[in-house]
Amino acid sequence: MNEIVFFVNKVVVAGLVTGSVYAMGAVGVTLVFAILRFAHFAHGDLMTLGAFIAFVLTAAFPHAGAAVGLPTAFVMLPAAMALTALLAIWIDGRFYRPLRERGAKPVVLVMASVGVTLMIQGLLRLFAGTGTRSLFIDERKDIFRLELPFELARRKIVITEPQVLVILFAIAAALGLHWFLTRTRTGKAMRAMSDNPDLARLSGIDTRHVVRTTWIIAGGLAAAAGTLLSLDVALKPDMSFNILLPIFAAAIVGGVGQPYGAIAGGFLVGFAEVLSVFNWAILLRPLRPYLEGIVDLPARLAFVPTEYKLTVPFVILVAVLVWRPTGIFRGKVI
Amino acid sequence: MTIHRRRILLFALLAALYGAVFGLFGAAYGLRMSVEALCYALIALGLTIQWGYAGLFNAGVMGFVAVGAFMTVLISFPPNEAFWNSDMPARLGQVALYAAAGIGLTWAASRLDGIGLPRRLRTLVTVMTGAAAWLVVSATLDPVARDIERQAGFIGGLGLPVLLGWAAGGAAAGAVAWFVGRICLGLRSDYLAIATLGIAEIIKALLKNADWLTKGTLTVSPLPWPVPTPEQAGFVWARASYLALMAALVVVAWALLERAWRAPWGRMMRAIRDNEVAAAAMGKNVNRRRLEIFVLGSVLMGAGGAALVTFTRIFDPAGFLPLNHTFLIWVMIILGGAGSNLGAVFGALFVYVVWVMSEPAALLLFDAVREAGRDWFGWHAPADLDSRALQARVFVIGLTITLVLRYAPAGLFPERASTRPPAPSGNRKG
Repeated sequence: MNEIVFFVNKVVVAGLVTGSVYAMGAVGVTLVFAILRFAHFAHGDLMTLGAFIAFVLTAAFPHAGAAVGLPTAFVMLPAAMALTALLAIWIDGRFYRPLRERGAKPVVLVMASVGVTLMIQGLLRLFAGTGTRSLFIDERKDIFRLELPFELARRKIVITEPQVLVILFAIAAALGLHWFLTRTRTGKAMRAMSDNPDLARLSGIDTRHVVRTTWIIAGGLAAAAGTLLSLDVALKPDMSFNILLPIFAAAIVGGVGQPYGAIAGGFLVGFAEVLSVFNWAILLRPLRPYLEGIVDLPARLAFVPTEYKLTVPFVILVAVLVWRPTGIFRGKVI
Repeated sequence: MTIHRRRILLFALLAALYGAVFGLFGAAYGLRMSVEALCYALIALGLTIQWGYAGLFNAGVMGFVAVGAFMTVLISFPPNEAFWNSDMPARLGQVALYAAAGIGLTWAASRLDGIGLPRRLRTLVTVMTGAAAWLVVSATLDPVARDIERQAGFIGGLGLPVLLGWAAGGAAAGAVAWFVGRICLGLRSDYLAIATLGIAEIIKALLKNADWLTKGTLTVSPLPWPVPTPEQAGFVWARASYLALMAALVVVAWALLERAWRAPWGRMMRAIRDNEVAAAAMGKNVNRRRLEIFVLGSVLMGAGGAALVTFTRIFDPAGFLPLNHTFLIWVMIILGGAGSNLGAVFGALFVYVVWVMSEPAALLLFDAVREAGRDWFGWHAPADLDSRALQARVFVIGLTITLVLRYAPAGLFPERASTRPPAPSGNRKG
């Protein structure tokens, strides 16, 4: 039983947390893919930027969280999301729209987004250095230890407050997104534009408005994902390229342009990562008395060493591109 | 100003820049910079044919450079006696046999539908066989790798000629490119960018952590040179002969590419890039041609990376940075002009000097800022201001990329539309 609790702690909780973060990032990427038709490489740094804005706000009002009983950075999240969304719109107007209006190929926009990602990285390093920071400036991270009602399980389920917040926020964001896409005019316009941009324009949909909304959602979710990830682990200014690959893999697995696919893909990639670095030998340990003499159980039995965690999203990406380039939810291929 | 005069002017400017470097910092330093710039020129030529001839976005140049560098270590570094005199090679061979058996079994499992197994079941069996084989191979490799690290350090090289190592570097980079290209070409153009970005980071992680193979972060040095080393011939002569070798390589590569560009093959490539549908309708195998050019470009990158690392004489996997080995090269080619080989060489030579010089310049600038801040506002600069100053150059790289894309998409050496009729207004070229 203890082993199963260990499994829950190490895999279920961690997978849900990682999956939530990836899902929120992937939704943004997939929406930009769907509406603007290019892979937004600056998304990882948009996340870092959002987290950094949350950090600055937390440092400015360190006691705001105590009033409501939540971490300050979480209380500051709406403001950070709004600011990041505004920045995303500004970046689009400065760097992407002129290229779009010139009729540049999508791949040129991809390159422009690489330029943007380098600029954000440079600015963050200039003003914030390269060190790791904690978003808990004046507070402590609450850790919940849940006793299980079984005799056999002496271990407790351990989950921290940021982890609970990530999961709850992701669920809320997914529900909100569903409502927005299916019930509001703008949401429907977005789906129409994703399906057929020319037809959408002909039917009188204000494409500028749709583009702006896309950036608001993408930027806001990126800020939320970055902040919540930093709350759970720490604010690292250099995560950009490392988080980009899992997010793209999630978006492509889910089917490009499919927000629900992106959510599913995010959790798929998150769980795949956690499961492949998990040490399976621990789960097999209770079986040791029976296996004695048949097989030697190694102390460590994981699919991938932790240093190579990045290969997991890559392998998933390759597998999807080879066998089902449309993704699970049948996204766009071209 | 005619195109010719403009080119002469630009190259005169470049020559003056290098003359200034030689004059200010001495011949040894100037030679070092020139050699490194030429290595970058070779890499840039590889990238410019991928981007300029075929419109392929390779976001993982670093990976191909690193593969080339590693291969040259493996081929040309002197053999490690401690490794060859132990039973490790045999044990490593055993692991290789296991791996071959695993691959064979997995492949066989993937063919099971031929004898009547339902396809879904076959996929399941294949995946499970693959996973089991993977676990077995990694479990057998682990102890061998640990023993090699403990007893011999790493496996060392083969002690073969350096130029062979460079060729092998190019070939290995080409093989990686073939694998990535096979999967991604023919799908959306951005998938290639994502996949190359991923493979570059994975290659780096592999080289950094597989200590038994690459010595990891302990670094391998001194790498042998294809020409007399500074210990044998003195700094100036050794570097000058390296420079001559690199210059010959770059000129040969440039001349061959230039010829290919004018040949029917180059025309076909441009046709595919500018109007894929029309080219396909003319019977051109678009994906095959793209794969061809992607592999060719990566071969050049691998060879260039091998030359670059050989020159620095130290193989340090942690030293491969996306900024220095991917995006700097992107700046070189888009500044030079996509699809212009001369532009790529010019861009590489020019941007590299500016990049190297920007280091002391950034430090100087930030020193001034620090002084001014202290004198005027009593501002206490953070202790790591110097490292931040260097990091801030990332911003300039990004800004250059976006500005060139927006205001001068053709670069300094625009591609000449030699015999083409004027483009129609609906031209979608970006």
